[in-house]
Amino acid sequence: MDNIAGTRPALTWVVNISVILLVIIWLIPTVGLLVSSFRDRDQIAISAWWKSPFPVAQNFAAKADAGNAVERDGIFVIEGNIFAEGGNDARSIAAFGGRRTDPTGSAPGETAELTRDRTLTVQENGNYIYTSPAEIKRDPSIYFAAETPPDFSLDNYREILTSANMDRAFINTLTVTIPATIIPILIAAFAAYALAWMEFPGRWLLIALIVGLLVVPLQLALVPMLQFHNMVGIGQSYLGIWLAHTGFGLPLAIYLLRNYMVGLPKDIIESAKVDGATDFQVFTKIVLPLSFPALASFAIFQFLWTWNDLLVAKVFLPSNSESWVMTVKIADDLLGSRGGDWGILAAAAFISIAVPLIVFFTMQRYLVRGLLAGSVK
Amino acid sequence: MSPLVQGLITVIVGVGGCVGYFFLSNLILDKVIFPPKPGDKGRNINRATMVRPWLFLFPALFALTLYLVYPVIGSFWRSLHNRANTEFIGFDNYTTMFADSGFQTAFINNFMWILVVPAGATFLGLLVAQLTDRLSWGNIAKSLIFMPMAISFVGASLIWRFVYANNPDIGIINAVRDFFGLMPVDVLQLPFWNNFFLMVILIWIQTGFAMVILSAALRGIPEETVEAAIIDGANPLQVFFKIKVPQIMGTIVVVWTTITILVLKVFDIVYAMTGGNFETEILPSYMMNFMFRDDGRATAVAFVIMIIVLPVMIWNIRQARKEMR
Repeated sequence: MDNIAGTRPALTWVVNISVILLVIIWLIPTVGLLVSSFRDRDQIAISAWWKSPFPVAQNFAAKADAGNAVERDGIFVIEGNIFAEGGNDARSIAAFGGRRTDPTGSAPGETAELTRDRTLTVQENGNYIYTSPAEIKRDPSIYFAAETPPDFSLDNYREILTSANMDRAFINTLTVTIPATIIPILIAAFAAYALAWMEFPGRWLLIALIVGLLVVPLQLALVPMLQFHNMVGIGQSYLGIWLAHTGFGLPLAIYLLRNYMVGLPKDIIESAKVDGATDFQVFTKIVLPLSFPALASFAIFQFLWTWNDLLVAKVFLPSNSESWVMTVKIADDLLGSRGGDWGILAAAAFISIAVPLIVFFTMQRYLVRGLLAGSVK
Repeated sequence: MSPLVQGLITVIVGVGGCVGYFFLSNLILDKVIFPPKPGDKGRNINRATMVRPWLFLFPALFALTLYLVYPVIGSFWRSLHNRANTEFIGFDNYTTMFADSGFQTAFINNFMWILVVPAGATFLGLLVAQLTDRLSWGNIAKSLIFMPMAISFVGASLIWRFVYANNPDIGIINAVRDFFGLMPVDVLQLPFWNNFFLMVILIWIQTGFAMVILSAALRGIPEETVEAAIIDGANPLQVFFKIKVPQIMGTIVVVWTTITILVLKVFDIVYAMTGGNFETEILPSYMMNFMFRDDGRATAVAFVIMIIVLPVMIWNIRQARKEMR
């Protein structure tokens, strides 16, 4: 269909450019998060992430050492180099000042007049001369703005993983996800086989029930099921959340798998039955291996869903910090206690979305297939 | 014992238990209850065939009944009781709720979400699907636009905080305003409009879903219809709106309703972005305010959500029945 009449070169250009624009708009927020997660927290606050490859003008304060003061012609003088004192990566002075109220009022090379006839001169390379008619008793402050080179590091990740307990939350998420992904698959596969290939009264009714349950809002189950868990002694625990995720995932699992199994070639299954295979054998030896793509689709869905879930984890897991999963940790803890610490927030968010993104990009084929089987008929 | 180890043991026990159940129950059925003995062999095989589907279905049906069917009734019943679940109070929870201005705000906001998000996501998804259809790098573009599907709502909220932040050195919106010399505004505190900024996040996530499905539907359109229209002199816009869209209308409706259902479940975005402040509450987040505090009210909200979903559920079931015939 590429060379049919009606496609115009100009239009192709418009299409290309609009798709590029759309993709850029779609990616910008995520790229911003990723870039920010590697930046120094002081730099994040004063220069935007899209300017991060460039040096940043930051304000610093240093102290001249009063002990180095020497007396020349009745005037006390301190000489030295700001950068020699260390403490930052800055290399050249953009502006300076001797008063807290006016930290960047003078250009390099100028002489700033301070109170009580004191003066301060700072060169671009950081050399300074501080003069005072009276004896200098306290270390005078020097304020300056300097260009600092871009500062990328893994510090945010290190901090979030060590001091903020995100590693614990990561393990918790993994703990919730693995059983909650695997267990429903098997249960659903048997049910889907029965609904696809076994004749029994009430089959259509059950399929209709599954389709109906697909859209039942999760919210309905929260209160009664928590009550039930408390009643049977499971309470708020991992066992509870595994069971809950299993229950909530089943309608989609059964629906997807049944749709797929119905499409399997009838001849194979019937000839196996003629050869004397029981339903159990047909299922385990033929249908299950052939249904692998559908099983993979559902596994990815369920994995993404349980990994990313906040609601079920908030209700069915205990609300102490020991058992927070990553989504709860971010939403209930970090956004409050570290609300302004953008580097830490970005690193935390990226840790929580890294695994789903890897799964997404490596197994996209199955995900797409699952979506299509689940929605288009 | 570390919870992760506990989890792995659960996987083994769970999977082993399932396999064991299915294997043993089939074995017992065939060998003990209805053994194909000489004499009534045929009858026993028939009886076993009648019972077997229910063996296959039992674990799933049990879990479904417990976790999804019973809660519909259980929630409704609970919503007719007071906070401590000690007294039957009829529809009092509902009447106090409907009179509550917080509920009214949440209801109206939710209504806007239902109008805007499915429409926005479906429209953008259709647009991307059509634009990338003939593109040599279309699959890469689609994959990138599909990507937010993998990101949690909480993660997406954090990502968009970097767009909406008040500080012009962090938030893109305020950086643009700053560029034009305007004062920074906190867009999440702008009454009324803040809802739309939150909806953008969900549209951003769901466009990929709409795109994937509509893209497949577009591919399924018979080429003859498009060629015939072009030969008859239709321009590309006419081809799209008069030939393609009507043919995939059924799929568009499916995508639209699926996203509508999703909108009624998502509380994470509001919860993580504004906590329901600044009049951004929607029903799912409004419900979470009462969760653990007043279960009677919480279940009443949940049941209202159920009622809103009900027409879609009935429509889905009717569609499914039609397809099976």
